[in-house]
Amino acid sequence: MSRLEKRPEPSRRMMLASPLIAAAAMLLTGSVLFFFLGQEPLRAFHVYFIKPWTTLYGVGELLLKATPLILCGVGLAIGFRASVANIGADGQLTIGAIAAGAVALYFDQVEAWWVLPLMLAAGALGGMLWAAIPALLRTRFNTSEILVSLMLVYVAYHLLSYLVHGPMRDPDGFNFPQSKMFSESATLPLLVEGLRVNAAFILSLLAAAAAWFFCKHTFAGYRMQVSGMAPAAALYAGFSEPRNVWLAFMVSGALAGVAGVGEVAGPLGQMQPSVSAGYGFAAIIVAYVGRLHPLGVVLSALLMSLLYIGGETAQIELQVPSAITGMFQGLLLFYLLAADLFIHYRFKPRKRHLPAVVGEAA
Amino acid sequence: MIDTALLIAFLASTAGAATPLVVASMGELVTERSGVLNLGMEGMMLVGAVTGFGVTLATGQMWLGLLAAMAAGMAMSLIFGFLVLTLQTNQVATGLALTLFGIGVSAFMGRGFVGQTVERMPQLTFPLLSEMPFVGPLLFRFDGMVYASVALVVLIGWMLARTRLGLVIRAVGESPHSAHAIGFPVIALRYGTVLFGGAMAGLGGAYLSLALTPMWVEGMTAGRGWIALAQVVFATWKPRGVLVGAYLFGGVTVLQFHGQGLGLAIPSEFLSMLPYLATIVVLVIICRNPQTILLNKPMSLGQNFKAD
Repeated sequence: MSRLEKRPEPSRRMMLASPLIAAAAMLLTGSVLFFFLGQEPLRAFHVYFIKPWTTLYGVGELLLKATPLILCGVGLAIGFRASVANIGADGQLTIGAIAAGAVALYFDQVEAWWVLPLMLAAGALGGMLWAAIPALLRTRFNTSEILVSLMLVYVAYHLLSYLVHGPMRDPDGFNFPQSKMFSESATLPLLVEGLRVNAAFILSLLAAAAAWFFCKHTFAGYRMQVSGMAPAAALYAGFSEPRNVWLAFMVSGALAGVAGVGEVAGPLGQMQPSVSAGYGFAAIIVAYVGRLHPLGVVLSALLMSLLYIGGETAQIELQVPSAITGMFQGLLLFYLLAADLFIHYRFKPRKRHLPAVVGEAA
Repeated sequence: MIDTALLIAFLASTAGAATPLVVASMGELVTERSGVLNLGMEGMMLVGAVTGFGVTLATGQMWLGLLAAMAAGMAMSLIFGFLVLTLQTNQVATGLALTLFGIGVSAFMGRGFVGQTVERMPQLTFPLLSEMPFVGPLLFRFDGMVYASVALVVLIGWMLARTRLGLVIRAVGESPHSAHAIGFPVIALRYGTVLFGGAMAGLGGAYLSLALTPMWVEGMTAGRGWIALAQVVFATWKPRGVLVGAYLFGGVTVLQFHGQGLGLAIPSEFLSMLPYLATIVVLVIICRNPQTILLNKPMSLGQNFKAD
C-alpha cells in the first residue's frame, strides 16, 4: 500500500495537468462505455471526438455551441473564485433570451442597425435583473445563493413557457408554442457564410479577455480572489463581502443574459419553449475544468462543446443515445475533482527493504 | 363556494406531493447533521426514480423496485462519499457534479422506459376507518409510503435526540476533531450518513415514478431535490420541521392541479412557479434571523475532515 503525503506547497504543475488527466480519464471511460454498448471503441471514439473537427461545418458547430458555454462559464468562474456560487445561470440565460425576444418582436417592423445592440442590452439587463434576486437575498437576508438562484431557474422556464404559449406566440403559427421568426435586423450576423456560428462567438472571446484583464490587473479582481482563497485575510483587510457577491452576480448575470440573446438571435431565430440545452449548468463544469481562469474556460468550453456535438454525431451515426453526453459531462467534473487531489498530495510508495537486498547481491 | 369534495381531494393529494420531499429531506438531514453537505440530491432522486421504475417494470414487484432505488441512491452517494470523504474534494463542487451526473445517467438509463407505465402504488384501506366520511379519505386512504414517511420522521427524530448513535452523529457534525480525539470513527460514520442520505433520496425519487405519476419522464424531479435541500434549512435541521415544511410545499405544489377548481383564474404556468417561489420566500423568512440558523446549523457543515 502506498499512502498520500501532503505536499509542502500546492503543485503548480498538477494544477495545469489535472484538467488534462480528467479529460483523458473521461475519454477512456467513454471508450469503455462504447464497448459495452456494442460499439467498436476506436470507431466510436473517432465518430464522437474526432469527426466534429474534420469538417468546416463541424468546427462551426463547435464554436456555436461553445459560445454560450464561454459566456456563462467566464461569468461563473469570476464568482466561484470569490466563493460566490451562482448555480442559476440557466435561468439568467432564459430571462436574457426573453428580454431580447421582447425587443425583437416589438420592433419587428423596424429595420435599423440599433435593434441588435438594443437586444443585447436588454438581454444583459434581463440576466442581471434575474441575478440580482439571489444577490439581494444573500446580502440582505443571508439566504443561500445556491438554492435561490436554482429555484429561479425553474421560475424562468415556466415564464418562458407561458410567454411562448401566450403573449409571444405567433398568431399565424398554427398554434405552435413559438414566436414569429425574428426579422433580419434582429438576427446576429453570421461569421462565415454557410456556417451557423455567429457574432456572439466574438463577444464571448471579448468577454473572456475582459475577464482575464479584470482578474489579473484590477484591484476589484484581486479583492475577489483573496476573499475566495483566504476569507479571514479578506475580512481583516476590510474587503466587503456584499460587494463581491453583487459584482459576481451582476457580471455572470449579464454574460448569461447575452448568451441567451446569442441563442434566440442566432441559431433559433425565434422564441421557443426551451432556449437552452442546459448551457447554464454545463457552464459550471466548464468553469471548474477551466481552472476558474478565463482562458482556461475558453478551452474547456470547446471540450464541452465537443461533448454536445459528438453526442449528436454519435446518435446519428452509431445510434448511441445522446443522453450519454450528460453522463460524460458529470464524469468529467468527477475526474477533475479527484485529480485535484494531487495538487495538494502526492503518492508516497511504502518503503521496501530492496536496497539491502541489492547490496547483498553486489 | 369551495366544494367539500374538492377540498378533500386537494388535502389528500397534498400528502402524496409531500411524501417524496419528506423522505429525501430526512436523508439529507441526517447527512447534514454529521457535517456533510450533499448537493447531489436532485441527481440521486432522478437515478432512484428511473431505477425504481425500471426494476418494477421488469419484475412486476414494486417492493423490488423500491429496494433497487435505494441501492441506486446509495451507489450514487458512494461516489460522492469517496470523493469528499476519502479524496477530500470540495463538497459543493462534488455535490453539483453528482447532480449533473445523475441527470445524465438517469436520462441514459431511462431511454427505453419513456411511454411505459406500471401499476400505481396501491392505496391501503383500513376496515371501517377508510369508510368514515371526511376523516376516511383524509387519513386512511393513502399508500404505505405516506405512513412510512411519517414514521421515518418520528424514528429519525428519536434516533438523533435519544440514542447513542444520534449523539455521535451530532458530535461529529459539531466538531469532528473533538469527536475524533475521543475515539469516534468520524470518516466511517460520515460514510454511513452519506449512504443513508443516498438511500432516502433514491426512495423519494422512486415514489415519484411509482406512486405520484407511475411513469418515467426525463428530469421528472423538476427541482424537488433542491427543494428537499431547502427543506432541511427551513426545518433548521430538526426532523419535525421537515414534516411541516414538506406538507406546506406539498400543498403549494398541488395548487397547480386544483387551481381552477378552487377558483383561481391564473395561467397554469404561474401556478407551476409557486413551489419555487414559496421555497424562496420561506428561505428568506427563516434565514433573515441569523441566530436561528447559527444556533441550529451543524458547526462543521460543508467542511472536510482529515485525521492527522
